[in-house]
Amino acid sequence: MDWFLQQLINGLALGSIYALIALGYTMVYGVLRFINFAHSDVLMLGAFSAYFLAPAVEKILPLPSIAGALIVVLLSAMICAGIGMLIEFLAYRPLRSRPKLTVLITAIGVSLFIEFTCQHPAVLGADTKPFPKLLTENDLHFGGLVIGSNDLVIVGTTLVLLASLWFVVQRTKIGTAMRAVSFNQQAAALMGININRIISFTFGLGSALAAVAGILYAIKAPGIDPLMGVQPGLRAFVAAVLGGIGNLPGAALGGLILGLVETYAGGTPGLSNYRDGIAFAILILILLFKPAGLLGKATVEKV
Amino acid sequence: MTSMKGAKRWLIAGIILAIVASQFSGSINRYDLGILIDIGINIILAVSLNLINGHTGQFSLGHAGFMAVGGYSAAKFTLVVAPLVPESMQPLLFLVALLLGGLFAAIAGLAVGIPSLRLHGDYLAIVTLGFGEIIRVIAQNTEAVGAASGLTGIPKDTTLGWTFALAAVTVYVVAALVNSTYGRGFIAVSDDEVAASSMGINPVRYKVTAFVIGAFFAGIAGGLYAHHKTFLSPTGFDFFKSIDIVVMVILGGMGRTAGVIIAAILLTLLPEFLRSFADYRMIIYSLLIIGLMIARPQGLFTFGKRKGAAA
Repeated sequence: MDWFLQQLINGLALGSIYALIALGYTMVYGVLRFINFAHSDVLMLGAFSAYFLAPAVEKILPLPSIAGALIVVLLSAMICAGIGMLIEFLAYRPLRSRPKLTVLITAIGVSLFIEFTCQHPAVLGADTKPFPKLLTENDLHFGGLVIGSNDLVIVGTTLVLLASLWFVVQRTKIGTAMRAVSFNQQAAALMGININRIISFTFGLGSALAAVAGILYAIKAPGIDPLMGVQPGLRAFVAAVLGGIGNLPGAALGGLILGLVETYAGGTPGLSNYRDGIAFAILILILLFKPAGLLGKATVEKV
Repeated sequence: MTSMKGAKRWLIAGIILAIVASQFSGSINRYDLGILIDIGINIILAVSLNLINGHTGQFSLGHAGFMAVGGYSAAKFTLVVAPLVPESMQPLLFLVALLLGGLFAAIAGLAVGIPSLRLHGDYLAIVTLGFGEIIRVIAQNTEAVGAASGLTGIPKDTTLGWTFALAAVTVYVVAALVNSTYGRGFIAVSDDEVAASSMGINPVRYKVTAFVIGAFFAGIAGGLYAHHKTFLSPTGFDFFKSIDIVVMVILGGMGRTAGVIIAAILLTLLPEFLRSFADYRMIIYSLLIIGLMIARPQGLFTFGKRKGAAA
């Protein structure tokens, strides 16, 4: 029973991170209908921003501390929002009217470009770097159960961000515009919506979330490196598809499910070696039986 | 566009080249020979991926996975059976191993092709990527194929002659298939799936066929690779290997066999000349992908226009 609950806590923490990343995929897919492969690299850049910002922030605010951590996260999110918008402007915008496959291939190119540029010894180097401590770590004991304070921070941050995102998308003017662009780009343009601005904003928002997710991921991981985004990125993508791509609550749900499944499988002897393959096995199964995802609606393509 | 006759000419030219090459292979130094074999293997990989990605328009990112299935099964077969049969039978055994590798890969292709029947573009790309990862994870955990430390001691059976001959066969089969009445369906599916199906073409069947045939040849290439390098490790078949092959197809021009062959040759030679710039190889590749997609999505080595050619 303790084992079960312990894995539940670990799974929820991991799942929250996946959910945050999955939101970025789903938002971009919602407005542009393509998978932004570079999203997972923005996550990595978020973690590295924090890595470089932490010593600078420490001069003004003490670290580990809540205020200091908040500043680091906020600045990293802003940097990554800028990077996300820049990627969209340079690589994806020139291809707006081209076939989807062209954009997808470009996205893979952008992802590889970021990964390998960062791996170059003159940039970040391929070695793993220790992530700075942003918050003090305390273990809370409940009977035989150990809950790390970081896990609580992760789940809490995710909940707050999910709620804020829901508010932005459902209750603000720009969120309404996002939904309109997602529904029908041409019609939205005819109604006076500046498509470029909305798409740019979507990329910025998604990338900011990726940066936060990257930092949360780095807090749990032993270290950070230029390829750190690849695995969580792929899983988050699976999570987005699992929940129904383009669907915000679906992405969150998919992330949680994936995090839980992976944690339980990882804790089960015999299955743990296959951990890396499980997400994809789920993906293939879900696409076989429910291609639109758990919360997605099936669509029919017309000529 | 190559006609049926053209395809046969390619086959004959390729086979002649293979025979000539095998006559001269004794006098080529080991390093050059290795590169020539690499070129042959990459041509098989790129041309077979071109059937899936180029001609049929199904973007697959898992070609290294098929290659791994073929390579591991062929190598395992050789390792188990080779000590049991007499020396004179070895060349035949090698051929059987390659065919077996191709067959296993084709079965894997069928397994990926079936879920793909409901998917398009980017979904399919992810499923194939995931499939490649699953293969890698399985190879990494299976003691029978050496798990994480890899499979060693594979006999060095791959010769220049066999590689070129099989490359010629691959080019011939893909070209002849695409140019046949049946094969026009691949291009129809690539141009517009919905329109194709309303014309009575069953896109699912074509997609699965493309996957099975493409995977078969990738499996053969894997077998050649295994018996060329004499060593297989799961990390050799990761996502980046698939990307290598995809870049060949994109650079050559999707659906353009001749262009893809040129690209395969060029991209095998390039890293050899740029050894001192190895750190920059993937950066150059990625910029090549982005640049090509923005400026010349039809590929670098395509001249003339294919009607309705999109991406």
